[in-house]
Amino acid sequence: MLGLGAARLEADMNRLMALLFHQGVLDEQFMQLQQLQDESSPNFVSEVISIYFRESEKLLKNLRSLLLRADRECTDYTKIGIHLNQLMGSSSSIGAKRVRTVCLAFRAASEHSNWSGCLRSLEVLEHEYCYLKTKLHELFQMEQHRVMAAGARYHPALS
Amino acid sequence: MGGEFTEEADMEVLPSMWPEDIGSEARKQFNMEQPGANRDMLEDVTIKEDPSVVDFKRLLELTNYSEKGSSQLTYLVKHWEYRHTNAVRLLNEELNILSKQRQEVELKKLEILEEHRFEDDKHAGSKRPVSILEEACDVWGRVPRKRNDVAAYNRNLDIDAEYDTAMYWKQRALQLEKMLQETIKREDALMQKLLENIKNLETQSSPVEELSQILKRADNFLHFILQTAPVVIGHQDKELRYRFIYNHFPRLEEEDIIGKTDEEIFSGAGVKEIQDFKREVLERGSPAKREIKFDTPLFGSKTFLIYVEPVFSKAGDTIGVNYMGMDVTDQVARRERMAKLREEIAVQKAKETELNKTIHITEETMRAKQMLATMSHEIRSPLTGVVGMAEILGTTKLDREQRQLLDVMLSSGDLVLQLINDILDLSKVESGAMKLEDTKFRPREVVRHVLQTAAASLKKELMLEGHVADDVPVEVIGDVLRIRQILTNLISNAIKFTHEGKVGINLHAVSKQCPGCQERHNQGLTAALQSTRLAKENSSETQSYIDRESSHCSTCQNNLDQNSTEKHHLTNEDTEKHNQQYEKIVWLRCEVYDTGIGIPEKALPSLFKKYMQASADHARKYGGTGLGLAICKQLVELMGGNLTVTSKEHCGSTFTFVLPCKVPSKRENSDDHDENEAISDSEITADSSSDEINGSFVFKPLTRGTLFSSDGSMVCKTKLFGSSMLDALHISNGLSESDSYSSNDCTSRKRLSSDRVSAISDAKKMQAEPKGPAQQSLGHNVNDFGRINKRDEGCQDSTNGFVMHKFDSSIMDSSRTQRNTGLQQGKMASSERANMAESVKSLPTCQSPTHEKEDTCMSDGSSFKILLVEDNKINVMVAQSMMRQLGHRIDVVNNGLEAIRALQRSHYDLIFMDVCMPVMDGMQATRLIRSFEENGYWDASVTNGNDHTMTSSDSLTHGPDAGQSRKRIPIIAMTANSLAESAADCLANGMDSFVSKPVTFQNLKQCLKQYLPC
Repeated sequence: MLGLGAARLEADMNRLMALLFHQGVLDEQFMQLQQLQDESSPNFVSEVISIYFRESEKLLKNLRSLLLRADRECTDYTKIGIHLNQLMGSSSSIGAKRVRTVCLAFRAASEHSNWSGCLRSLEVLEHEYCYLKTKLHELFQMEQHRVMAAGARYHPALS
Repeated sequence: MGGEFTEEADMEVLPSMWPEDIGSEARKQFNMEQPGANRDMLEDVTIKEDPSVVDFKRLLELTNYSEKGSSQLTYLVKHWEYRHTNAVRLLNEELNILSKQRQEVELKKLEILEEHRFEDDKHAGSKRPVSILEEACDVWGRVPRKRNDVAAYNRNLDIDAEYDTAMYWKQRALQLEKMLQETIKREDALMQKLLENIKNLETQSSPVEELSQILKRADNFLHFILQTAPVVIGHQDKELRYRFIYNHFPRLEEEDIIGKTDEEIFSGAGVKEIQDFKREVLERGSPAKREIKFDTPLFGSKTFLIYVEPVFSKAGDTIGVNYMGMDVTDQVARRERMAKLREEIAVQKAKETELNKTIHITEETMRAKQMLATMSHEIRSPLTGVVGMAEILGTTKLDREQRQLLDVMLSSGDLVLQLINDILDLSKVESGAMKLEDTKFRPREVVRHVLQTAAASLKKELMLEGHVADDVPVEVIGDVLRIRQILTNLISNAIKFTHEGKVGINLHAVSKQCPGCQERHNQGLTAALQSTRLAKENSSETQSYIDRESSHCSTCQNNLDQNSTEKHHLTNEDTEKHNQQYEKIVWLRCEVYDTGIGIPEKALPSLFKKYMQASADHARKYGGTGLGLAICKQLVELMGGNLTVTSKEHCGSTFTFVLPCKVPSKRENSDDHDENEAISDSEITADSSSDEINGSFVFKPLTRGTLFSSDGSMVCKTKLFGSSMLDALHISNGLSESDSYSSNDCTSRKRLSSDRVSAISDAKKMQAEPKGPAQQSLGHNVNDFGRINKRDEGCQDSTNGFVMHKFDSSIMDSSRTQRNTGLQQGKMASSERANMAESVKSLPTCQSPTHEKEDTCMSDGSSFKILLVEDNKINVMVAQSMMRQLGHRIDVVNNGLEAIRALQRSHYDLIFMDVCMPVMDGMQATRLIRSFEENGYWDASVTNGNDHTMTSSDSLTHGPDAGQSRKRIPIIAMTANSLAESAADCLANGMDSFVSKPVTFQNLKQCLKQYLPC
């Protein structure tokens, strides 16, 4: 029964991943990340991703505050660019393709000092980020359940 | 008179004196306060002495003749008559009263007389009283005789007067006599008064006086109202001569106006108009209003609203006009301003919407283009995979049929790739993302290389020739990659459509350009500059751009080789100096001619359009995308030149383009002189072909059939190597073209080490090199060199942006190259099989057969120390984890400064350097490191990062053990925004290569393999 659950969870996970890949939310880099996970670092992916979320949330907050300051004229686009580069770098590292794409658009807007474009991009970015976060959380939850299920099943064999 | 007047008079109301016929009774236009109680209201107002001027005679005439005037007069007379009737009536009444009184008085008198008579009777005897005194008494005569009632009264008196004594009556009569006399006196006084009154009445109320009084009052009111009103009121007669004018702004004296027409008084704009207008009103007989603009010397430029009404005579003829004018200049100006503003606003709005539309369209277009570029890129990535795999499939054992199928597959794949590349190029140019990179290059060599490449893939019996005129400078500055692309495109077009005869390039300098061209060139330059900037902005394109770059890098690697020395030189010069150096501009005219099928005249206009070919037939017969010429044209125009074509059907076509190229300054020439000489010397010695120095090249058709030699004979054919390889090939008839190219696996490297500057003709071939022996050893008929080249490009592309760019390996890192060369040579000597494996392995897409071997190879190198300079935590984690899986341990620092500190502490074999970092970025850190490597100390090197001199210092340290502290550490940039310039910047700042982020196993492996020899 539990074993069946694990199999089903794995199937669900694969389906979700496939969906995310299909939607372009994730790309091959995420697979690379998964490849890096082995016995020596069993939670590598979720660790990286949670750090990613932590960092990104900070960056997003900063971006928002930079953009929504009182005077629109004095928006610090250079700083925005720096933050975006950061976010883009880490997003591409974990394979968050759509976030990265939005970052690109955002950066283009910030290079043009296009305030409204920036704001629009920020909104899209936050949306994409939220979507990614929910989906990845879902994925990790399933992963956890799967591990638990698998552990329950294989535990006797291992011990 | 009339009864109504009596009524009115009873109410004691005097009607206003204003003529009643002006307007209807219902609304009187001119209501005036009654003089009387508040009479002095107007006295407070000072009325200026009238500015109006009146022709009184005319007024009289008017009142006599004009209908209005006469009616007015009639009314006045009526009024006057009424007043007098009234007075008469009053007098009559008074008379009546007086006569009544008199009657009473007479009655009394009669009574008295009666009494008196009775008294007398008594006194004279007792006689029967008889009225005897009747005739003697005068009093009777005064009584009106005709009155019957008086007679009756008398009779009454007669009856009553019979009683009393005579004495009493006498006294009584005397008293009465006195009273009567008093009454008579009174009557006289009254009479007198009456006469006086009548007299007064007659003298006082003359009609003129009253009229003039009333008129004066009206006049005062008018003045009161009009005194500040900006109006002009006037009356003109039939000939439009002024008879009356009231003008608030009197400028002229009476005699200047009265009796004159407007035209006689004024001059200037508008006078004629008003005259005509008045005349029109006069003729039409109906009032009208009009706005007239005046511009007269008298009162300047003003606009008046003129109202003109005709005046009719009693007979109904017009006898003149009344007119009224009001100055509305300000209003008109304001109105006009408003209209103008409104108009402007409308225009602005229209513009705005238009602009918005345009912006929208532009955005859409840009998006579409980006989309196209992205899609092209997206298509290319998997396609390169397909082609690459097919190629690998080609290295396995296949039967004849399978090979044929595979060939078809490969050529189709190549075609699609080419198409996508073309689309990418085009969309890049169109969206302004195309960046021109100016480098120094030698036009002669470019022409030669293009022809050589063409000759190498030539499948027809064609003569390829090239001629470069003497006036073309040895070196010019321009975007050599693009120029090559254009030339290659045109040449391959020419070859495609030519079946026999020749195809060639003529290059010469055009001395004088017309100013228009010059201007155009300048525009071109600025456009190029702009596009450079655009390239940065168009970030979504950068990825694909880099891919293109990489392929271009490989295709033109020898150009880079050739130019890198200069490039280094340039980057280390002051930028200002750099700008000053290129002032001289030469216009190069390049003709690519053929003796092919030519182009029909009607097809010429659409020749440079996208996806257009001369005809559908041609498209079927010759294939192609129809993008090549469009790209060429766009590129040429981007560089500030122009591309034209002349053609004759069945005789051939000539494509001509003129390009502005900067000429490096003399000073720099002299700087480079030694090197140049060295180069040309080496070329001369190597080529022993004086033809080339003159700038003429001929590639004759090759005899075919001896293309493939045995496996064994290919290894060391060093003597074949000259720069005019095909000539050499031709001479040494025993050897085939593919032989000579493929066998250069070892020889080329030898050549590289011995003479790095006159490198192999084309980097494509270099890329192809390792392929050659592999294929040959397997015994495959690969005779299409061009295809191999293309496929190699494809292979590189298929690695999806993580290709290692080996910039300038011969110069910048010659020691390592030599080391590699040595290694490779050794391997080749030992076993050809191993050589093959090695070369296969060096291809990125060929990982499958040698995968395990690579991994073991990598894990062998775990002793290497690798430094990762990266500030992004995630990237660090990923890279670290990857390295661990690859069997390497790495040190991590977070910025350039820390990297330098780490380097000071210990030695590293390889550095991965992020470009964008806080505190100190990767570029600066690299510059500092390179400077340290050169000078041996850290600090003073910050400003003069003279990287290019590395060549000399490197040449001292040949072996890996020599000069360890000064050893050049390979630095690999990690860039997220893989823009073209950041690639160039990496190179310029002394980095060896770059990997684009995100890092993957593949590019890490690739990198480690290249820079950490295992």
